[in-house]
Amino acid sequence: MQKLRDEIVAKCKALLEDGTVDRVIGWEKGLFDYDCSPATFTKENIDELVYNEYCGSNLSKYLVKESKAEGNVAVLLKPCDTYSLNELLLEHRVKKEKIFVLGIPCGGMKDEKGELLMKCNTCKGNEHKIADEVMDSDLTVPEARDRFELVEKLDGMTPEERFAFWQGELSKCIRCNACRNVCPACTCLKCVFDNHASGIDSKANADSFEEKMFHIIRAFHVAGRCTDCGECSRVCPQGIPLHLFNRKYIKEINELYGEYQAGETEDSRPPLANFTKEDAEPSVIYEKGRD
Amino acid sequence: MEVNELQKIGVFVCWCGSNIAGTVDVAKVAETLKNEPGVVFSTDYQYMCSEAGQLIIKNAIKDNGLTGIVVCSCSPRMHEATFRKTAEAAGLNPYMVEIANVREQCSWIHKDMEEGTEKAIILGRSAVAKLNLNTPLIAGENPVTKRALVIGGGIAGIQTALDIADAGFEVDIVEKKQTIGGKMAQLDKTFPTLDCAACILTPKMVDASANDKITLYTYSEVDNVSGFVGNFTVDIRKKARYINTDVCTGCGACTEKCPSRKTPNEFNMGLDTRSAIFIPFAQAIPNIPSIDKNACLHFKTGKCGICQKTCGVNAIDFEQEDEIVTREYGAIVAATGFNPIKVDKFDEFQYSQSPDVVTSLELERIMNAAGPTKGKLVRPSDHKHPTDMVFIQCVGSRGESCREKGYCSKICCMYTAKHAMLIRDKYPDVNVHVFYIDVRTPGKNFDEFYRRAVEEYGVDYIKGMVGKVSTRSNGRLLVQGSDLLANEQLLLETDMVVLATAIEPDESVKDLATMLTASIDTNNFLTEAHAKLRPVESPTAGVFLSGVCQGPKDIPETVAQAGAAASKVIGLLCKDKLIANPCVAKSEELLCSGCSVCANVCPYGAITYEEKEVNDHGVRETRRLAQVNSAVCQGCGACTVACPSGAMDLQGFSTRQIMAEVDAICK
Repeated sequence: MQKLRDEIVAKCKALLEDGTVDRVIGWEKGLFDYDCSPATFTKENIDELVYNEYCGSNLSKYLVKESKAEGNVAVLLKPCDTYSLNELLLEHRVKKEKIFVLGIPCGGMKDEKGELLMKCNTCKGNEHKIADEVMDSDLTVPEARDRFELVEKLDGMTPEERFAFWQGELSKCIRCNACRNVCPACTCLKCVFDNHASGIDSKANADSFEEKMFHIIRAFHVAGRCTDCGECSRVCPQGIPLHLFNRKYIKEINELYGEYQAGETEDSRPPLANFTKEDAEPSVIYEKGRD
Repeated sequence: MEVNELQKIGVFVCWCGSNIAGTVDVAKVAETLKNEPGVVFSTDYQYMCSEAGQLIIKNAIKDNGLTGIVVCSCSPRMHEATFRKTAEAAGLNPYMVEIANVREQCSWIHKDMEEGTEKAIILGRSAVAKLNLNTPLIAGENPVTKRALVIGGGIAGIQTALDIADAGFEVDIVEKKQTIGGKMAQLDKTFPTLDCAACILTPKMVDASANDKITLYTYSEVDNVSGFVGNFTVDIRKKARYINTDVCTGCGACTEKCPSRKTPNEFNMGLDTRSAIFIPFAQAIPNIPSIDKNACLHFKTGKCGICQKTCGVNAIDFEQEDEIVTREYGAIVAATGFNPIKVDKFDEFQYSQSPDVVTSLELERIMNAAGPTKGKLVRPSDHKHPTDMVFIQCVGSRGESCREKGYCSKICCMYTAKHAMLIRDKYPDVNVHVFYIDVRTPGKNFDEFYRRAVEEYGVDYIKGMVGKVSTRSNGRLLVQGSDLLANEQLLLETDMVVLATAIEPDESVKDLATMLTASIDTNNFLTEAHAKLRPVESPTAGVFLSGVCQGPKDIPETVAQAGAAASKVIGLLCKDKLIANPCVAKSEELLCSGCSVCANVCPYGAITYEEKEVNDHGVRETRRLAQVNSAVCQGCGACTVACPSGAMDLQGFSTRQIMAEVDAICK
């Protein structure tokens, strides 16, 4: 890992030296070993860049802001992070001509307890879906489990049991907005939850029902666009399994419109954000919904 | 609930005679809605749409200084326009009118007065809640391109085009076949007067061709349609004929010399063959041949080229390619017509097995003097004179199985009576039997016509169905059927069987409907805007319907509908400007992230993006922003629900207004 880190730093230095980019988005060491945080580096501090098994965070979202600023920027993306970048490019949120994507290998990331991150249990594989250059390595990605296992378990519950499950989870929410802020699909200039005119802003504490609506509305907003990067659950300080909402929608979309992986390519059309003559008829959705 | 304290709302509850008042306590509705926020006036009246009713509204607006009105009445499709005009006449903005549909969606579907009343109050309350958030809207204007497009060159399309041209407007006909004329050109005689189809059709074809206001695009198809009422842009694909139409004189020498003569002749329903270079029939317009690439030896082998050598004016051009012509139109008429269904799935009638089982359209060609037998009635198998003929009605019509159509094809009863009568008149020795479910002859002089066939010409009408047709060893056909009136099974030996085949819309209508954003029903007939009151208009503004593409009909009806469609087109083209619908999408610039989701879901292509400088609370930057072309937008609202940040909103149906309605209903 240290060798890989040194090679990455060397590559970044070369990119900074030859003027390809002015900044690099990577990770810096935090207070603790497991606490690697996203950071922007220049020629002056590039040696402070770290890359180890605690660099789980997805850096693609930082390009929204960084690609708007002066100069060009390089970004370090693990294979699964590249799906999010494709989605951002599709939605014109990142200026492609101003970025350099350095694909970096990944052997699975860990949480503060040293266990494999939730998202790594359902690893998307070792292929970078978009990259200007990919670093070599002998790292192998973890084996992927069925990502719909828990969703199916929830589907199998009675509505009362399911309601109780989500009530238990969502009542822990402190409405810190971390899930929204980290989500690479949540990049609206002005979020509906910050916009009084939307009628749904900042109502988390009004009553327990509103608190559920926040998460359901948020999951609906990213439905079909969510790449299942799992950042929402990773950052939740209360440990709410928010990714299950997204996976529920992904499963539904796959069943209604055929298998679709958001961010697989740079020019895909998310089924819910597209108009085609072959769109599933409301009657089809109604019939399916009754099952 | 959000309440605009400046709104002063009037509520007007209509009885619609007993239509509404029968199951809704209108006085209670008016009384209850008086207490809704913003409401300052409320009343009920027998007929709000009457002059007296409208006067009540006008006076109430003036006397109470109303800023908006809610009319609890019938569907907005009926009288929204009426009440908007009423409000406008009293000085209100017409978009400050809301209709609560307490008839179709309430009184007509409820039987219990208490339930009906409760629902009417809820519907009225939601309309008040919405109106509280209404803002006056100003409708824009769009210019009108003063040219019409007629798609289909059969009798429907020709008549529509002639009538539009007669009013002084340019009109183009796009016909996918090599000639105009359509199905009528294939017919022998026409009911109920028995005049020759060609004798009455070809003068109209010549008129259309000679009219300097009419441009014919034959052997052409519509490739793409964009734009909107008054401003359509259409790509027309002129398929390659491999003939230079500017120099061809139509002498026909090439068609006589062509050595490839084995292709089934489509015009004669495949009963004889034609050459690879051909003119469909003698009176074809334009009288110009075209080369069937699949049959032509030159295209198949690279050799031959006899037509090229024969042609005196050097009109043959093997290198010709399809050409796309782009034209602008103010209105489009669909006149795409029909085809008889394929009967090869009806094995019980032996159509695929015996050449002596023919469809009615094939019989038309056999009876036609210009047909494959020069009009002589013969058995197709051995060209012998038949002595017995059996007609089977409703083949593929009025059925329930997947191979059948559920509808009545409408024209078969009359043309079968015509065939039977003509045969009995010309060949009195031929016995004619007709199996029918029931004989349907509504129409001027139609029943008289049918009765003449029975009473004067002795046609044997048998009420009952045919179960099976089989071939006998002597070459004749055996028909097994039932006679329901005599309650007996029949076995008839016959020379020919004629199937009165169901008709269905031409298959091109499906793609066309998508291009025109017009809707089709489950049988692929184009849907009219209102079955009774707007029968020649499609639900898409500026698109009109003519002929069988809208539903089965005979020639007199088709011509009448063609004229009606033409008059609607003329009414549209007469206008210099069209009032636009102001209830269109609008993007709030400071909320737009430029993600393109709205453009991707827009079925009308009304949304584009542009880089634009904005001042977002002091931050000046260039952003990618959605722009709605309000002339193209149809106000469907797909973008408003797709937009994640809520930047896209529909004027007159804003998210806030709809949420207010929902809240009012759930209160």
